Amino acid sequence: MKPKHQRLAITLTALVALIGAALLAASALREEASYFYTPTTLAETKPPAGKAVRLGGMVQAGSVKRAADGLSVAFTVRDQKAEQKVVYKGITPDLFREGSGVVADGALRADGVFAAETLLAKHDENYVPRELKDIDMKAAEHSKDTLAE
Amino acid sequence: MHRFANPARFLSIAKPLTPVLFWPGLLLALGACWWGLTQVPAERLQGDTVKILFVHVPAAWLGMAGWSGIAIASIVQLVWRHPLAGVSARAIAVPGAAFAAICLITGSIWGRPAWGTWWVWDGRLTSMLVLFFLYLGYIALTNASSEKGSVSRTAAVFGIIGAVNIPIINRSVVWWESQHQKASITLSGSSIDASYLWPLLVAAVGFSMLFGAIVLMRMRTALAEIRIEARMRRMAEE
Repeated sequence: MKPKHQRLAITLTALVALIGAALLAASALREEASYFYTPTTLAETKPPAGKAVRLGGMVQAGSVKRAADGLSVAFTVRDQKAEQKVVYKGITPDLFREGSGVVADGALRADGVFAAETLLAKHDENYVPRELKDIDMKAAEHSKDTLAE
Repeated sequence: MHRFANPARFLSIAKPLTPVLFWPGLLLALGACWWGLTQVPAERLQGDTVKILFVHVPAAWLGMAGWSGIAIASIVQLVWRHPLAGVSARAIAVPGAAFAAICLITGSIWGRPAWGTWWVWDGRLTSMLVLFFLYLGYIALTNASSEKGSVSRTAAVFGIIGAVNIPIINRSVVWWESQHQKASITLSGSSIDASYLWPLLVAAVGFSMLFGAIVLMRMRTALAEIRIEARMRRMAEE
């Protein structure tokens, strides 16, 4: 074995071992990703009023009510089982829409309403122009399904 | 491969290749930005904010491609001891770090209106920040050696170890799905509408050519510095 080949073997073995170890470690950590309460777990655990909590779920269609001051907004976050009323004062993210997902940092008030301090909205991987949204959403949904396979 | 490892032959190719990459690359990158900023329709949910895509995504790709290049050059340096491998790895580090920084900054500017936050410790964002810090570490390490020309073996080992982060960035949106959306462009297709995809691809080609031109310029500078140093040493010995 020439020294050059020996060096190649050592380097490649080290690279594969390193990447393998890191990927194993990283994928072992991936279960830690669930980092918020859903309306169901919030209703079950009932954290005390004022305790900082992160709530995640879907914005119920038809529930978003904007106040006359143009800043305050009230809506309902739901999952399959439970609902949670949320109030927020501030500029909502572009991707905050009825029927789409939202993550809110805040705390429960004494009256059981969740007062959000920050609102985080998520984007999906589809980019569709506004004027095409009705026609293309089916195509986008389709391509999403094929991507998931 | 050995033919191009000769610095003199490399220089004779790199010199005419630099402007060929630089000027069309600049034209394509600026043209794609103009196209993306003025000619593209508003997105269904994000409106005009989507236009930051044309800088953010090529910067992310090049930030990751840069470190992949450093890792490959480091392997070539350690195994074949090619004189140009270490020089090229060092030349990639600064533009690579710049594109990683552009990706992080534009991502932050995009995140504020679209997600509602400048920053969140999401898997994709964090691993990209780690990549930027790896670049800074690599640059510090290569600058720590006093001689311009000598390419330290420690830096090459660091370049290979740092490559671990590249597949982690790629998989981060699948493993820790929290804030950043999943990949839009995969091997099986794209979920980006054609009206955004084309300017994005043109921008990616343009920025890549600029990246290549900067790397060639930096390699030529490094080789010139090595020659100056060798000549000074000879003069001192005479």
